[in-house]
Order: sequence, then C-alpha cells, then structure tokens
Amino acid sequence: MKPEFTIPVVINPPQTPAVRAGAMAHSRPFVAKAEHQQALGFPGELVDDWHDKALAKMKQLLDSSRALQVFMDSCVKCGACADKCHYFLGTADPNNMPVARQDLLRAVYRRYFTFAGRWLPWLVGAVDLTEDVLREWYAYYHQCSECRRCSVYCPFGIDTAEVTMAGREILASVGIGQKYSNEIIGKVHDIGNNLGLKPPALAHTLEELAEEVSEDAGAPVAFPLDENGAEILLVTPSADFFAEPHVDGLIGYAKVFHRAGISWTLSSHASEAANFGLFVGSHAHMKKVAERVREAALELGVKRIVVGECGHAWRVAYSYWNTLIGPFDFLDPNYPAPQHICEVTHDLIHRGALSFDKSIHDDKVITFHDSCNVARASNMGGVPGGQFILPRDIIRACCNHFVDMRDDAIGEATYCCGGGGGLLTDDLVELRVKGALPRMQALREVIDEHGVTHMAAICAICKSQFGKVMPYYEFDMDMVVSLHQLVGDALILDRGAH
Amino acid sequence: MALEINGATYETDEEGYLANLSDWSAELAEAMAAQDGCEMSENHWEVVNFLREYYDEYQIAPAVRVLTKAIGKRLGKDKGNSKYLYELFPYGPAKQACKYAGLPKPTGCV
Repeated sequence: MKPEFTIPVVINPPQTPAVRAGAMAHSRPFVAKAEHQQALGFPGELVDDWHDKALAKMKQLLDSSRALQVFMDSCVKCGACADKCHYFLGTADPNNMPVARQDLLRAVYRRYFTFAGRWLPWLVGAVDLTEDVLREWYAYYHQCSECRRCSVYCPFGIDTAEVTMAGREILASVGIGQKYSNEIIGKVHDIGNNLGLKPPALAHTLEELAEEVSEDAGAPVAFPLDENGAEILLVTPSADFFAEPHVDGLIGYAKVFHRAGISWTLSSHASEAANFGLFVGSHAHMKKVAERVREAALELGVKRIVVGECGHAWRVAYSYWNTLIGPFDFLDPNYPAPQHICEVTHDLIHRGALSFDKSIHDDKVITFHDSCNVARASNMGGVPGGQFILPRDIIRACCNHFVDMRDDAIGEATYCCGGGGGLLTDDLVELRVKGALPRMQALREVIDEHGVTHMAAICAICKSQFGKVMPYYEFDMDMVVSLHQLVGDALILDRGAH
Repeated sequence: MALEINGATYETDEEGYLANLSDWSAELAEAMAAQDGCEMSENHWEVVNFLREYYDEYQIAPAVRVLTKAIGKRLGKDKGNSKYLYELFPYGPAKQACKYAGLPKPTGCV
C-alpha cells in the first residue's frame, strides 16, 4: 500500500498543527450518478437554475428548523471549537476548523438572508453564491463526519452536524449528491440493506455461519431469519453479516441469546440498522429507511426490537425512531423500545444469567473506543452516562485487563474514528487516514504505557475504518475487535458447567 | 472511465470496476491485476472463480466467512482465513478480488 499523501506523525502529547490553507481543498468524494440521484428524488445533475434553487432550499431549511436558524445567527467566532475537530488536527486545513467550515454556509446565509449582508456584504463577510462556492461546500461538507465533538465545546451549543447536513441537502437538491451515501440509500429502499444482500444470499450466509459457529462452540447456536413470533427482532448493520471483525460481534449476540434462552430473529425486510438518511440530512429518506423496521416488527409479531453494534443507527433508533416510526405500543412495555444489544447483555450479566471464562482473554489488554454517535447522541441503561458505563462494564465482566485511553479522547470528548457520517469510502482515504490521527495518538499512548493489544468498538463504521487506516500507522488491523466478540469468546455456553 | 486491453475499450466506474459484468474475460482479469502489480496465480484464480460462481447464484459477493470457508475447502484448511486472503489480495480480498472477478464493489460499512 503506497499512499500518495503524507501520513501524519503520531506525537504524544498531541499538538495543534500550524494551519496550512487549502491543504485539503482537493479532497472530494465521487459525485452521485444521475441514476442514484434520481432514485432518491434528486435531480440527476446540476440544474440550470441552481442559484435560485439552492437559496430556496436554504430558505426552506431555515424555515423548517429553528435550530439551523439559530446556528446561522449565533456564532461569535470565539474559537473554542477550532482545535477540537479530528479532521483539522489531522489535516491542518483551516477550513476544517468547525467555525470556518460552518462559515462557508453562513457567509452565503448572511448575503441573502440578513439585512447587513444584503446591503453591506463587504462589511460582514457575506459571500455571493457561485459555482465555486458550491464546489467548496462539496469539498468541505464531506470533511465533517457529523461527530459533534466540536459542539461539546461550543458555548452556544451550535451543532456542526446540522450545518453539514444542511449543506449536503442543499447540494443534493441542486443535483450534486454524494455517490457513496446516495447509492447506499437507494439499495436500502430497493433491497433492504446497504450491501444489496438479497434474502436468499442473507439466508445462505446465516446458514453457513450457524454451521460454523455451532461446530466451533459445540452447541446449536442459531441465526434465525424471518421467524414469526420470536421475542426479539434484531436489527443490525449488514456489515455484521459480511465483514470482519463485525461478524464476530454478530456471533457474540447469537451466543448471548442462545445462552439466555431468548428467542430472536433477524429480518430479510429490515436487514439493515444503518440509516444514511441521517448523513445526507434527509428526513424523508431517514423515515423511509426506518419504516422497514416497524413493518418487519409488526409482520413478525415480535415483543422487543434490539439494535446491534452500529453507532449512528443507535442515534437514529434512540433519538428519532419514536417520531419517525413510533409509537411502539405494540412492544413489551417492560423493556426499553428500542433496546441496544449492550443493554440486553448488561442486563443479563447483572441478573447472573451469563457466566464467563475471563482467562480466555488473559493474553489481551483491551481499551474501548467510544463511537461518536453513541457517546454524544444517545444513552444506554437509563442512567446518566450509561452509554459509557455499560460497554465498559461488559468488557470488565468478560476480560481481566481493561484500560481507558486519556480523558479527552473518550466519553463525551471521544474522537471520531475518521470515517463516520458517510465518509467511509475509498475515494476519501486520505481524509480518513488523516482524520484518524487523534485516535491513533491516544491509542499509541495506552499501548506504550499499558501494553494495550486490542481496541473494542460498537460501530460497524468504526470497525471498518480502523481496519483500513490502522496499517497506515503501523498498527495491526486485527487490533480492532467487536465488543460482542469479546463477550462471545468468553461466554460459557454449557449450562451444566456453572 | 475506461479500461483499454488489446485495442478494445471497456467501460468502468471511477475506481476501475467493470461497468458491465458481461464484459469480463480471464484476459481482462489478468490485465486488471497487472495494473495493480499483481500476478494471478492459481490460488488467485480459485478465489476469483469462486466469487464469480457465487455472484452468479446470489447477485452479490460472498460474505467473508462464506469465502474463507469455501477457500478452505478448495485450497486446504490452512488457507481458509482472512490472513491468507490478504496475502493474495493486499488491498482487501472483498474489494480487490471482486474487481478482478468483474463484480461491482461491495457497498456499505465494509
């Protein structure tokens, strides 16, 4: 693998880089083809009246979201966010300071939607909307992973992700969509998952998996599909069926259900937890993707819906599902609706329903990567900070050696993996490698100080991203593990043994 | 984008994946591999052939565990793992091998 770019140097303690203007101006993902745009109801290419259309879209977004209006008006350029973004820290491009990236949209907003900008544009930094501006938006609104770390430090609580989503939605609405996300959303609408895995392929994959796992585990671990009347519908990222180390997490969920004697099923209709509608800022597509889950749950007559290891899916499920596809009055009120797989496992551990042979992990020292969407947009267990507590409790229950990375790189302050928010695509590999720098620095520190051997994650994007970028930093890609892989490997399946 | 082999032109996507599955030939696979500095050995061909058979039946590339299991059966158990597949296809077995097999690139969080 010979990169055509410079890999940032891992230095601890980390330093804020000197700015390099335009360092990432060339970075832009492939533009969606006409067929992928049109399938989502967007124009196939840049429309003739893009100028008026873009401004009309901006007005519509401002009118429909009071939050966006406030985010456009309230920034005072205090700079608190400037050194908080992993993409700025990894690329040194000043447009990747969240304040500056937001201002690409804000400058146009001022020009057309504020009194001062209309009459005295030069005085307030207001900018005319031109094709060059659109190109700049396209470049830099695909250098934000919507992770919201900057928002934690913003004294006004400005949510950068919302600004990025607005930027992307305006672009898509005038014909400039992103290939990666839009092709995937189309596949979910057509087939039911990001991969385009059709029901026969899914069924075959699960049969093969059940055979392999049951043989290895010496117990009949099932991977049920479309099973009517199951207690739980598991909705998980399709990467769990397809890739490593994701599949080891899926095996872990199956072992937990098997050991606890809970009936569960996957669905070929709702075979995807991910919801890229969030990434492109489209409420309509987010809803359409989510609706498959409600349809499947009703069709199968399940009592509970559980979400597998997928960061933004949990954000969508936890924060949006009730509005998008609720109410969940048809589910068992004794359980959270929806419920995270970590909540299921944690609860079972708490009740003594699972026992572990922790010694199986004695060759490992584990650390945990908090996924951005779980950390800053959700909760688990119904206790404050539960989304940080539960995964760590689970790791400690099945492993003897666990250490955390430094405080400003975990919990609410966690760094994005560098591939979230619709940026997990090979055409952005330079950005992804550079954006991973802060996580790689924090990881390096615990490797050097505590001999960490593995980093667990609960997000399909994080797992794929780390597997891809870690070799650039000379880390072994096998260091990344699914949290439920740790669970599954240590879980004692034989009821008689304990 | 397009790929030119022996005077003929084949349409591809931005990353060099064939636009039309029916354009595929063994020669084309060798040529695509050569562009990446990869020489197709018999074992490369075992993987590529399995991908094509699987795609023919299921219209998608096989999941990694399905692939490793099948390769283990064909080439021996010591080769039925991702580590071996990465040795053959250092850019990632799912993506690089799919390309030479003429299949579309897998999409999603993979």
